[in-house]
Amino acid sequence: MSDLEQPDHAQPDLAHHRPPVMTSGAAFGVSPSQTVGPFLHLALADPAEALVVPVGTAGGFWVRGTVTDGNGDPVADAVVETWQTATGDADVPAGFVGFGRCPTDDEGRWAIHTVKPGPVPAAGRRWAAPHLAVSVFARGLLDRVVTRIYFADEAAATATDPVLAELVEPARRPTLVATATEDGYHFAVRLQGEDETVFFAL
Amino acid sequence: MTTPEPAGLPAGYALPAPGTNAPLASPAYRSTGGRAPSRPLVPLPPGLHELTGPLFGAGRVRPGDDDLTRGPGGEAVGQRIVVAGRVTDADGRPVPDTLIEIWQANASGRYCHERDRWPGALDPNFTGAGRTVTDAEGCYRFLTVKPGAYPWGNHTNAWRPAHIHVSLFGRSFSQRLVTQMYFPDDPLFFQDPILGAIPDPAARQRLVSAYDHGLTEAEWALGFRWDIVLRGPLAVPFEPPGEDGHV
Ligand SMILES: [Fe+2]
Repeated sequence: MSDLEQPDHAQPDLAHHRPPVMTSGAAFGVSPSQTVGPFLHLALADPAEALVVPVGTAGGFWVRGTVTDGNGDPVADAVVETWQTATGDADVPAGFVGFGRCPTDDEGRWAIHTVKPGPVPAAGRRWAAPHLAVSVFARGLLDRVVTRIYFADEAAATATDPVLAELVEPARRPTLVATATEDGYHFAVRLQGEDETVFFAL
Repeated sequence: MTTPEPAGLPAGYALPAPGTNAPLASPAYRSTGGRAPSRPLVPLPPGLHELTGPLFGAGRVRPGDDDLTRGPGGEAVGQRIVVAGRVTDADGRPVPDTLIEIWQANASGRYCHERDRWPGALDPNFTGAGRTVTDAEGCYRFLTVKPGAYPWGNHTNAWRPAHIHVSLFGRSFSQRLVTQMYFPDDPLFFQDPILGAIPDPAARQRLVSAYDHGLTEAEWALGFRWDIVLRGPLAVPFEPPGEDGHV
C-alpha cells in the first residue's frame, strides 16, 4: 500500500464542519470505540504515511518519539497519528498532507516527518501556539488517547497558549513540549505513571 | 501576538452518552493495567486542529481494495460474506467520502501477522486488510470471509469473539474512530472483556452486525449489515457567545 497517491485535498477545511443544529440531543447513539489490538500493522502501517511532507521539504524535520507504559517499558503495538495545518506563511509546502501516522517498533519508537504549523486558531477567537494534534492507539487502550505536541523553541507562544498555559498544571506542561534534537524534535508519550503525558478529553 | 484575531470556530462535537465508551482502565481486560492513563483527562476546548481532519477520499483506495477474498493464488478459504452499512453522525446525517480501513483474522482465526503465533492455519490467499470510501449517502460495502474466533492469554481459556477491526476518519479529528464489528449471537460474548468493557448494553449491541438477507447474494455470499455512528456537532456552543453573538 506504499505506492498510493497522496490525497489531493487533505488540507484542513472548516467548510466541512457541519454547523451546529439546535436539537435536544443526539438522535442516534454513537458507535463505541474498541482497542486497535496487537495486529494494527495489517492496515495502519503504511510507511509513506510517516511523511506529512516529503523528506527534503524546506523547513521539514523529524519528530521522533517513544510510547512507554506504566513500567517505562516500550509499547511495541501502538500507532501514533498527527494532524495539523501547514506553516503560518501563505505557502503550503508541495506534497503537504497534514496527516501523519507511524506505528511503534519493538523499542516503542515512532517518527513523523513534518513542518511546524503556524499559530492555530483556538476557541474564543484566540491563537494557540504552533502544535500538532495527536492520537495514540494501542493494544490495551480501549479508546485512543489524545494529546498535543508543542515545540520547545516556541517559548513565547507556548507561554500564552490558551490550553498549555491555562488548562494544564505547570508541573505537567513539559510533557506536551517536544525538545530539540539534531534532526528535529523528540516527544515521549508516557501512557501511565510518573511524568505521565497529559491527555485530553475532547 | 500581532496577528489579527482569528475567526470564531464551530462549537465542536457532542460527547457520546455516558456508558458508550469503555473506561480506559477496565481491569478485566488485563492489558489496560499498565497502559491506561492514571491521571484525569484534561478537558480540551476544540481548536482548528480538532475541528478539521484529513479528508481522505478515493485517492487512498484502489479498485479491489474492498474485496479481501481475492488472494495472489486464488480465493481465500472461508464463508464468503458481504459487510455493508451506512456511516452517519449522531444526528443522522450521512458521512460521505470518508475512508474506512479494516483488518481481520482469516477463517481459522489466524492473523497474517508475524506476532500471531497460535496454531490456527494460515491462508496464503488471505492477508485480511481492506479499505473503501463511503459514497455520497455514507454507504460502504466490503466483500470478505467470516473471521474465526481466536484464543488469547487474557484469562483461562479466553477466546475473542469473531470480529473485524475498523478504522474511520469521519470529517474531523474529533470524529476519528477505531472499533471492532462483531457477528450476531456469538456465544463467546459472555467472556470477552473488550466488548464487555462497554458499560451500556445498548452501546455494546451497536458493535454487533445483523444478518441481512437483503444483502445476501444468491449462490455467492451471506450479508451482514452494520451501521456506524460517529459523533455529531454540539447543539450548544462550547463557550458563551461573544458580544457580537459569534460561536
Ligand atoms: Fe482482533
